[in-house]
Amino acid sequence: MSGLLIDDISMRFDLPNGGHVQALKNVTLDIKSGELMSVLGPSGCGKTTLLNIVAGFLAPTQGRVMLGDHEVKGPDAERGMVFQQGALFEWMNVRDNVRFGPDMKGVSRSQSREKVEHLLEVVGLQDFKEKAIYELSGGMQQRVALARCLANDPDVILMDEPLGALDALTREKMQSLVLDLWKETGKTIILITHSVEEALLLGERLLVMAPRPGRVHKEYRLPFADLGVGNDLREVKKHPDYNSTREEILEMIWNMEEEIMGRAEEQA
Amino acid sequence: MTGFLVLALYVGAFFGSYFVLSRLLQGAFARKGFNKLKTVTFGDESAVVANRIASVLSVVTVFWLWVAFTNSVIPLPKLPGPYQGQMEFTYTATLPDGSTDDATVTMLVYPEDIQQTVDAEGNPGRAPEAVEVEPGEGFAKNDSDTVARYGFKVLNVWKNDDVSKKDGSVVTHINGAPVSPGDYVEVPEGTIGITDKGTPTFAPAVGLRMARLYLPAPEVVLERFVRLNKEGYQNFTLWEHTRYSLQRVLLGFLFGALIGIPIGYAMGLTNWSRGWFDPIVEFMRPVPPLALIPLMIIWFGIGELSKVILLFLAALWIMIIAARAGVSGVAITKVHAAYSLGASKWQILTKVIVPNSLPEIFTGARVAMGVCWGTVVAAELVAAEVGLGKMIVVASKFQLTDIVIVGIILIGVIGFMIDVGMRKLENWLVPWKGRV
Repeated sequence: MSGLLIDDISMRFDLPNGGHVQALKNVTLDIKSGELMSVLGPSGCGKTTLLNIVAGFLAPTQGRVMLGDHEVKGPDAERGMVFQQGALFEWMNVRDNVRFGPDMKGVSRSQSREKVEHLLEVVGLQDFKEKAIYELSGGMQQRVALARCLANDPDVILMDEPLGALDALTREKMQSLVLDLWKETGKTIILITHSVEEALLLGERLLVMAPRPGRVHKEYRLPFADLGVGNDLREVKKHPDYNSTREEILEMIWNMEEEIMGRAEEQA
Repeated sequence: MTGFLVLALYVGAFFGSYFVLSRLLQGAFARKGFNKLKTVTFGDESAVVANRIASVLSVVTVFWLWVAFTNSVIPLPKLPGPYQGQMEFTYTATLPDGSTDDATVTMLVYPEDIQQTVDAEGNPGRAPEAVEVEPGEGFAKNDSDTVARYGFKVLNVWKNDDVSKKDGSVVTHINGAPVSPGDYVEVPEGTIGITDKGTPTFAPAVGLRMARLYLPAPEVVLERFVRLNKEGYQNFTLWEHTRYSLQRVLLGFLFGALIGIPIGYAMGLTNWSRGWFDPIVEFMRPVPPLALIPLMIIWFGIGELSKVILLFLAALWIMIIAARAGVSGVAITKVHAAYSLGASKWQILTKVIVPNSLPEIFTGARVAMGVCWGTVVAAELVAAEVGLGKMIVVASKFQLTDIVIVGIILIGVIGFMIDVGMRKLENWLVPWKGRV
């Protein structure tokens, strides 16, 4: 296991009309191995861009990403992704989706079987492994996505609003599952979310980003993720610091949105 | 006129059968399952289910209209038919001196298609002889003649008379009514006229049914179908005509797909290919394949090669566009996910892009097969030695309408079967289509 270093990254998109958008500016983060960091921010703050850079889908205009002792140059099995929705392969059943990573590496099915079966059990899909993807509910599909990512045994797991499309109850269950998996596997996880609650509950470290240019606004270290492992998340929400932190962050994001609106009005 | 009658009967059958059957069979018209509980169904497309009684009746109606407008032997209600049998009328001849004489004309009206029928011994039918009649008294003698249904006959009633037309015998009355040149007398069996030169004519009543030449009865078409299977037409049996057409379509489509799909993928995956093929695809796509037939014949003759190349060109652009659309339809998250799971470019292509583009490829293949099937018939109409289109066009030149109809029905049935087969294959290979 090795830490992830995001080293002074800037990202500038040129627009067709000659202007440009500064999606990220001088973002530096040092994420230790086994850390669970949630990233929060208003839309347009560059959090998805940041994730795409770490995943290797985009090259930053400045700076670099180091995983352990080597630089990230492109997508690789060492950094697994969990997307919001629609990233599963509908032409394969649940089990084939989960063993896609090992299959691509050329690991024989007899070798990967044990791990795949174990992961299906961990995410609670052992009875659905022969099912087609379109036969599953949204929550089950995200379980498949988690298992598929873990089957590859990546060093870092990048989650792009993985629970964003789920209903509130399913979402709560899945949050517990993510926490349990994190504790069990000890993976480094970066989780992008729109939900302040989710960021609080899951993030050992919580990063609030600000837009225009996209930058790190404030960072928190929170106890809730550790409390939540193996526990009822509703109990965690009763923690004395939970509500105050939540209000603080909501206020922060609210102000950012106001500021954006105000600036837009000024320009108009 | 008859066209309006067909339309009226068809529309009447549509509404009439609905009003009658919806009263009689209320159970079959009630909405079923969950739709029963929906109060809003008008405008909710998902609540519309094809009424199978209507489908059956629709086919039955077309068949009945076919029977009703032909001289079919099938016992269904039919429109009034043409007159057939033996009838008589009298004419009165007047001489210049004022003397008159009556004589009868016996007309035998026989089926116009008698020569295309065979009797029990297998001999072809012949037009009948005129019946023997007594000459009768007076200077005007009784006449007898024959005419085919839907036909027309000029009657030289003077040929056995004592006084010829040249000598001043004039027909002045028909069935006792005075007539002059240019007049018509309507009788139930037909129309008796007097030409401008004063000669009687007879046209048997035609009714509303169509002659075999224009619309052969269903049993005639069926009989022709059986005979075509046994004896063939233009040196090839019906099966051979069909097989050649199908073979051309399948070969053309196969080559079109084999070349078109990789080109489409390349266009969806690399800048160079997209730039290279874009102009030619955009140019060739709107050119109807039929417009290429003359060029194909000039270049490759009228043999198999020109047909297969034409169909290849018909299928090629459709398959290229389908494959390109298939690649662009792959969600980028799937590609990203596969790369993050360690897939190589080749694995991305074979494990993600190809399966993900199958729905589009199948839609394209269905369109291409339909276009190919239409094009092959048209190409054979223009020039071919064998094939369903060639069979139809040659038969039409010899006025063998029954063969034309056999060909049309066969083309329709095969086209339908191709589409059903493609859909079955699609459901089997792409079960996730429309469910993600």
